[in-house]
Amino acid sequence: MSQGIARAVTGSTDLRPALRSRALTAWLWLAAAGAALGPSPTGAAEAIQLTPVAQGIYVYTGPHADASGGNLGAVGNLAIVIGGESVALIDSGGSLAFGRQLRAALEEITDLPVSHVINTHVHPDHLLGNAAFASPTVEFVGHRRLGAALAARAAFYLEAGARNIGPEFAGTTVVGPTLEVADSIHINLGGRVLKVTAHATAHTDNDLTVFDRRTRTLFAGDLVFVERLPIVDGSLKGWLAVMDDLRAVPAVRVVPGHGPASARWPGALQAQERYLRAVLRDVRAEIAAGGTIENAIGWVASEERTKWARFAEDHPRNVTASFTELEWE
Amino acid sequence: MKTAVSTFLLAMAVGVPAWGAAEDESRWHDLRESLFGDRQVHEDSGVVSLEAPYRAHDAAVVPITFEAAFPQTDERYVKTITLIVDENPLPMAGEFHFTEASGRAAISTRIRVNAYTHIRAVAETNDGALHMAKRYVKASGGCSAPAGKDPEAALASIGKMKLRRSGPVLWGEPNSAQLLVSHPNHTGMQMDQVTHHYVLAHFVDSIEVRYGDRPVLTVESNFSLSENPAVRFHYVPKEPGELSVRVTDSDGEVFARAWSVPTSVAKAPGAGEASPVNPVQ
Repeated sequence: MSQGIARAVTGSTDLRPALRSRALTAWLWLAAAGAALGPSPTGAAEAIQLTPVAQGIYVYTGPHADASGGNLGAVGNLAIVIGGESVALIDSGGSLAFGRQLRAALEEITDLPVSHVINTHVHPDHLLGNAAFASPTVEFVGHRRLGAALAARAAFYLEAGARNIGPEFAGTTVVGPTLEVADSIHINLGGRVLKVTAHATAHTDNDLTVFDRRTRTLFAGDLVFVERLPIVDGSLKGWLAVMDDLRAVPAVRVVPGHGPASARWPGALQAQERYLRAVLRDVRAEIAAGGTIENAIGWVASEERTKWARFAEDHPRNVTASFTELEWE
Repeated sequence: MKTAVSTFLLAMAVGVPAWGAAEDESRWHDLRESLFGDRQVHEDSGVVSLEAPYRAHDAAVVPITFEAAFPQTDERYVKTITLIVDENPLPMAGEFHFTEASGRAAISTRIRVNAYTHIRAVAETNDGALHMAKRYVKASGGCSAPAGKDPEAALASIGKMKLRRSGPVLWGEPNSAQLLVSHPNHTGMQMDQVTHHYVLAHFVDSIEVRYGDRPVLTVESNFSLSENPAVRFHYVPKEPGELSVRVTDSDGEVFARAWSVPTSVAKAPGAGEASPVNPVQ
C-alpha cells in the first residue's frame, strides 16, 4: 500500500470535465480495519486509494508484498469501470474486509450499481473480496475453468488467508462465477462495452483479459506483471504464446495485475517477456545438460535478479515450475 | 491403499497442523514402532545418505536423493529403502525395493511436504539390519496445496512416460536413468468449497522396473510423490535387452512402456510418445 500512496495519478488527461471534480476527490482515504491493530511489516493499509487512469476508470494498486493483516490480502491491482448505466469491477481484492472497503470507496465515486464482478483468475488476491458484492443483480464473470480451479484450490486459499491475514480475514467466503467465458463475451455497461476474453493456459489455466474500446484500455490481470516478478502458475510456454496474442490488442495502455495503475501498451510487456524468455532458455539448457531443479535454481536467469521486486521469494518456484514443464519437451 | 486414504482423510478431519511442528522426535518414536517394531535402527552408520533442501522453494515439489554408500553385490546389498516424512498426513511416503540388478540402491525423486519435518531414509540391508539417514526440511502445505497447474492437460496426458538416459551404455555396470510418469497424483486433500466434498485422491501406487526379466526397482508409493512422479534409479545391463516399466494407480489403471537398450526405440506404441535419448547427471 505504501508504494501505491507514493505513486502519482497517471493517465488522467482524458477525464471528462463532469467527472474531473469527482475524480480529483477520489483519493479516498478510508480507515482500514487493520489500522486499528497497529502497523504491519508491509506498511499498514490505512486507506484505499483509487487512481483514475482514464475516463471512468479507477485503479487500486496493490503492494508488492505477501498477504497480511495490513494489506487485507489485496496485493494485486484491481479496477473499477463506470459505464452509462452500471459499473464493472475487475477483480475484488483478497478478503471480505477489503471488498467492503472497496465497495465503500466505489460508492463515493458513483451512484451507479455494480452489475458485473469480473475475476481475471483464481488467485486469492484478485477474488476473495467477491462476497462484498454478492447480490442477485450482480454477475460474477470468470473463465470456464475458474470454477474447477476454485474447487481444487479455494480451501487452501481460505486456510492460508486466515493464517496470513489474521482476524481481519473473518467472514471471507468464496463466490464463484455465475457467467463463464469459454471464448469471449461483450458486457454492456450502458454506452460502454467491455470485451472479456478467455485465454489458453498461461499465468494460470483460467486467465481472462478485459478490453475497454472507448479508452483503449486493456485490463490484463496477471497476464502482465510490471515491477513485481511474474509468477508461473500455469505454463511458461503457454504464457509466451498468449503474450503474442495480447500484443495485437489495439490498446494504448494496460492496467497490469501487479505494478503501476497503468502502463504503456504494448511496451509494458517488454520486461516480462525478457524474464520469461531467459527462464525458458536457461532451463532448457539445464535439462539438455542432464541437470537438476536444484542446480537450475542456482543460475537460471540470474541476470534478472536486480530487475524485479520479489525475485528472491518467487523465482525459485518459477524455475521449478518451468523445469517440470519443459522436461517433457 | 483405500485404508491409507481414509486414514489420511481422518488426519485431515482432526486437523493435522500445517506448520509449526517442532523439530523433535516424538512422532518418529511412534512411527518407528509401528513400521519397524522393536528392531534397532542404526543412525549415522554411513550405510545410507539423504540429501534434501533445508528450506523448500515449492512444498509440492521437494527434490530429494537417497542412496546406499556401497554398490549392490551378492555379498552385500540394500533390499529396501523406506522413505518417511514424519509430519505428513501420510508419513509413509514410499518403499523402494532394489535387487542385485539395480547396481546401486540410489534414488532421486520429488515429494510433497506438508509441514516442517524430518525426512528419513531407512535402508534394510541383506543381513536384515536397518540404517537411517535423516534431514530436517522447512516446507509447508505441499499436500493440501492446490492440485496441478492445468488439470485438463494433466488428465489428457495421464500415463505418458519418458525415460531419460545418460550417454553410452555401460555394460555390466550401473547405468543411471530417470523415469517420468505423467500423472496428476492427486492427494484428495482439496475440498470443493461449493459441494464440500473432497476431490477424490488419484495417484500412482506402484512402479515396477525390469531389465529383461529381472526386477531392477519396485516402488510402492502414494500421493507423497509430486505430480508427474519422477524417479531416477540405476540398472545393470549385461547384454542388449529391454527396460520395461509397469505403473499402476489408485483407480486400478495400468500403464506400461518399454525401451530397448542400447537404442531408445519405443516398444509399446500408443503407450506414450517416443522420447530422444537425453543425458542425465
